[in-house]
Amino acid sequence: MIPRSREEIRDIIFDALGAIAPEVDLAMIAPDRSLREQVDIDSFDFLNFIIRLHETLDIDIPEKDYAELLTLDSAIEYLVGRCATHL
Amino acid sequence: MPSLGADMEAGTLVEWLTKPGDEVKRGQVVAVVETQKGAVDVEIWEAGTVDKLIVETGRKVPVGELLALLRTSGESTTAVPETPETLEPQRVATVSALAIASPSRVETAPVSAVASARLRVSPSARKLAEELGIDITLMRATEPGAVISRADIERAAKEKTTTPVATRTTTPDWHAQMRIAIAAAMSRSKREIPHYYLATDIDVTAVIRWLETENLKRSVTERLLPVVPFMRATALALHEVPELNGFWVDGAFRPSAAVHLGMAIAMRGGGLVAPAIHDADKKGLDQLMADLRDLVTRVRSGRLRSSEMSDPTVTFTNLGEQGVESVFGVIYPPQVAIIGLGRITERPWVKDGTVAVRTVVTATLAADHRASDGHRGGLFLAALGRLLQEPERLR
Repeated sequence: MIPRSREEIRDIIFDALGAIAPEVDLAMIAPDRSLREQVDIDSFDFLNFIIRLHETLDIDIPEKDYAELLTLDSAIEYLVGRCATHL
Repeated sequence: MPSLGADMEAGTLVEWLTKPGDEVKRGQVVAVVETQKGAVDVEIWEAGTVDKLIVETGRKVPVGELLALLRTSGESTTAVPETPETLEPQRVATVSALAIASPSRVETAPVSAVASARLRVSPSARKLAEELGIDITLMRATEPGAVISRADIERAAKEKTTTPVATRTTTPDWHAQMRIAIAAAMSRSKREIPHYYLATDIDVTAVIRWLETENLKRSVTERLLPVVPFMRATALALHEVPELNGFWVDGAFRPSAAVHLGMAIAMRGGGLVAPAIHDADKKGLDQLMADLRDLVTRVRSGRLRSSEMSDPTVTFTNLGEQGVESVFGVIYPPQVAIIGLGRITERPWVKDGTVAVRTVVTATLAADHRASDGHRGGLFLAALGRLLQEPERLR
């Protein structure tokens, strides 16, 4: 695990979302609104999203923290913190 | 051409994955067929040696049409009856060469065929099409091979969306195809099946808590989704009320010993399919989760198998996950029931005279009144509720 910048984390999130919802224009995502609503992902897609983040960042994301990943802003915040402390 | 669902009338052979002389095993995927619901891997249900491929790639043929000849062990080539439409050896060779030369599989978009050349349109329909500005090369008759009629043109004009079939266009709108398939199945359902509907609220606090504890122990790739214990409980509850599991065929109910749970899965961009998780009653939670993961992944990538499309014995819809509190489904004929799960929410719940906050879900049943009665349907929902109280036993 290595510390990551906000920009890196955002790109990693976009890569993960793009793999799940290739038709979505990621530039249009409002950072403070629910990702699930904007990208139309179900629980299965969301789990795959978490798995991708887990694999790319090599961090554990416990289920109780899923709520932190609901918007782009909160997800970046959470993952930056997680990568910095989860060493 | 196998029937891959009640609404399927014809399919286009996209690709052969076998060639004459090949040994094939039972359950092996031998061809890819394009249906209105996307590309499907067709499995073979007998072992033997492929003798001859009858239908060429790119051809659309009705359900029931002979696709290939298979020699079972002991049968010689000469014992195989000749079909009237014998292909010259050279063409057969071309087909098999094609199958080998193009291992990259066609994804969900229907392949282009030669339909426009074979298009048959009645003169009056052609005239009407001109008047209404309908492009007849994008039209499709109601029956495969039938003549396009005035009614077809009128319907197309009314819908303002022509039904693109495999024509010269290389980007056929398969979402429109899927809407046609859904329209056919759902119209038939509402026309023929006397639905009755039941709903009940179930306290699922125990199973949700159990799941949280269980997932805490698991790595992210092994976690279970909440739907999984519900699938398991549904499959087991169906054992107690078998009138909900099976098919209504030719005026009679044919129960199914196996529980093949059709999972309604939304496609990105619209439409849905409900392929089966086979023998859901015999699988533990981990296996169900693995199967569901595999199934959803293949729905998204357009790689379903023929048996999954053709043999669900009952349907399960988890629409609640999109936020709705309850879902009253439309039965997919010839099945006789669809079970719906609403959103899992915390609600005030009265128990033993006091109000407490509990995790609750509304489970629903839409069932065919020809095959079962409300009383039995009620017993099913009661059994579902009871099974969900003991999550440990669902494993």
